[in-house]
Amino acid sequence: MKKYLSFFRLRFAMGLQYRVAALAGIVTQFFWGIMEIMIFHAFYRTDASAFPMTLSATTSYIWLQQSFLAFFTAWMMENEIFDSIVNGNIAYELCRPINIYNMWFARSIANRLSKAVLRCFPILIVAAFIPAPYGIAAPVSIGHFLLFIITLFLGLAMMVSFCMLIYVLTFFTISPQGLRIVFVSCVEFFSGALIPLPFFPEKIRQVMELLPFASMQNVALRIYSADMNRIEIERAIMLQIFWLVVVTLSGKLLCKAAERHITLQGG
Amino acid sequence: MITMEHVCKSYKIAKRNAGFREACKALVHREYETIHALSDVSFTIQDGEMIGYIGPNGAGKSSTIKILSGILTPDSGTVLVDGRVPYRNRIEHVSQIGVVFGQRSQLWWDVPVIDSFALLKDIYSISNAQYKQSLEELTVLLDLKELLRSPARQLSLGQRMRCEIAASLLHRPRILFLDEPTIGLDAVSKLAVRDFILKQNQIAKTTVILTTHDMQDIEALASRIILIGKGRILLDGTLDDIKKGNDDIDQTIAELYRSYDIS
Amino acid sequence: MCATMNKILSSIKLYLHYVSINIRSMMQYKTSFFLTTIGQFMISFNVFLGIFFMFLRFSSVEGFSYNEVLLCFAIILLEFTMAEIFARGFDLFPSVVRSGEFDRIMVRPQNEIIQVLGSKFELTRIGRMLQAVVMFAYGIAKSNITWDIPKILTVFFMLISGACVFFGLFLIYAALCFFTLDGLEFMNVFTDGAKEFGKYPMGIYGEKILLFATFVIPYTLVQYYPLLYLLGRRTSALYVFLPLCACLFLIPAMLLWKYGVSHYASSGS
Repeated sequence: MKKYLSFFRLRFAMGLQYRVAALAGIVTQFFWGIMEIMIFHAFYRTDASAFPMTLSATTSYIWLQQSFLAFFTAWMMENEIFDSIVNGNIAYELCRPINIYNMWFARSIANRLSKAVLRCFPILIVAAFIPAPYGIAAPVSIGHFLLFIITLFLGLAMMVSFCMLIYVLTFFTISPQGLRIVFVSCVEFFSGALIPLPFFPEKIRQVMELLPFASMQNVALRIYSADMNRIEIERAIMLQIFWLVVVTLSGKLLCKAAERHITLQGG
Repeated sequence: MITMEHVCKSYKIAKRNAGFREACKALVHREYETIHALSDVSFTIQDGEMIGYIGPNGAGKSSTIKILSGILTPDSGTVLVDGRVPYRNRIEHVSQIGVVFGQRSQLWWDVPVIDSFALLKDIYSISNAQYKQSLEELTVLLDLKELLRSPARQLSLGQRMRCEIAASLLHRPRILFLDEPTIGLDAVSKLAVRDFILKQNQIAKTTVILTTHDMQDIEALASRIILIGKGRILLDGTLDDIKKGNDDIDQTIAELYRSYDIS
Repeated sequence: MCATMNKILSSIKLYLHYVSINIRSMMQYKTSFFLTTIGQFMISFNVFLGIFFMFLRFSSVEGFSYNEVLLCFAIILLEFTMAEIFARGFDLFPSVVRSGEFDRIMVRPQNEIIQVLGSKFELTRIGRMLQAVVMFAYGIAKSNITWDIPKILTVFFMLISGACVFFGLFLIYAALCFFTLDGLEFMNVFTDGAKEFGKYPMGIYGEKILLFATFVIPYTLVQYYPLLYLLGRRTSALYVFLPLCACLFLIPAMLLWKYGVSHYASSGS
């Protein structure tokens, strides 16, 4: 466990170095947030009765989404990992007394976390000072806030775990690129990155909420502004844990198979 | 003929301190550090000469080459290359020179070398007849026949360097700048490249300016050596002037660097 | 006169030569090309789905119907994509400066811009182009516009000028690389951001953004105002030629580029 922790620390510190890039990222994300909110506000002005969430819950959703973008963007995968698989450098990694899956997992979490840490606070602070309903609202209750934090990190783990599945699957495909495209598009659409899930028609939404993608940003961002009731929250967290276990386990099993595959074939 | 008289060039480099606060401060107010890359550099090179331009890293070699090839504008001094001021009319000037950057490729990676050459023909507006003739000559001299149909990515470093040199000579420049042309090459390729440069200089009377860290290159090629250190010309003479009876060229140069305190 | 004509012709010939060598290079990686093209399609298709599902719930936004929004989205997407196909070399320019490849450009007897343009011809964007064309056709068919010559001209001017605006933005991005390579991501706000948020008529974003998008970067001249004319909500014939004014944006962009090149020549960085 210790070695993964130090690996995590190393990556985390590395990520913190890109400060100017973070500053540019903050400006971009902030602008993105404002524009998204304006779109939803325009729809709200046109027909408030058709709005499935409160306007304030929607804006909070968008601000949190922009602040924690590094947690939930699918395309932010690690090129180095793809490269090491494709060009065979993975063989060196296999020589170390380290579990590849855990190492990559720690690395991806650290990477996303360091990016988010640099970016989230400035965005959140400024968004908090923007007057309602355009700014981010305070959490509904301490309970909701705690649940938000818990589900946020469950969502991050879910995201990374899914990315791991994609890395591992590249062992078995000729072209990782294709896999990646399908994956990124699915996450974009099904996770609520495009528009929050409540904006989808009822029937479609019910199905979407069962899929693993909904366990990424959807749960935390909606719990924050109490867009889910108690029963829905319980069910959502259960689903998060269920999918996290399923996806992580299948990733680990596949990784084992891939390692055997490599050692048998000599890389 | 190339003349440089009292050429000076200095850069301002933004000082950057670590820390987020410093980075924010730097957005508003930047502190600069001035680096004198060239101070009062003067020399003359006659047509058909072969010059070894040497000095440690950061001495001002590449600034000189950049000024002579029209990339960089000096702060003061006069530069004339065959009567032209390189940086004043860049396009006219560069159509008369050839440049080989040893560490970078100008060939398209994924298409046959000959396709890259054909594009250069259009870039340099070379006439059909001249292109055909140049290509034939270079193919023979550099032994390119087998290479022209392969994409650059499939060539070895040595093979690629031969193609790079050919690419820089298709338009028959009067002056050729070679920046580390033998870096990373195996022994056979090195010899082939040196041999060709020598021939090109003798037969086509191309002026060659060579910068390199490989002193064997200098020994084999350069009739005259210009040594630069800390932005100043320290020495300008023949190889024998420098050697003074010492046989080993690497040793000689190392001693030279030490004696000028530029190593 | 004849000499200039010849120069232009030979520049075009050179550019086409660049294009052909780009395509031949790409054909070495057919699978990758194919997948990237599909990827480009899927990304903008997702944006379309976002609009589609919003309009399942809402019948209009600020007076614009689904079909009208689709037409608007298609036009901005076409403008952006055309610019990107041709000017992707500027988008990739940071790596050219970082690796010192710009020196190579400077030692060649051709204009710098044509060499940068030629360095990358991004054909994979036809994936997005295809989607834009389908939406464009759908938008035109469904939006009840009575087409006449001025309106056809308007669309034509919109597409050309819009591509010029984005081209100018790419050029500015590349010119900034001569001064700094850090933090240029913020330029995405103006390129990707405009493509992303230009999917809705800019009027919905309120007065301030409308002013910015007219007088600072002239997006509205190639999107919102001529769209209003197409939809018959403005009738003055001036709207037909309004998009062409946006081409003036190329002038400051070009000046900045020239200034950047001269800065490069004096700093060599």
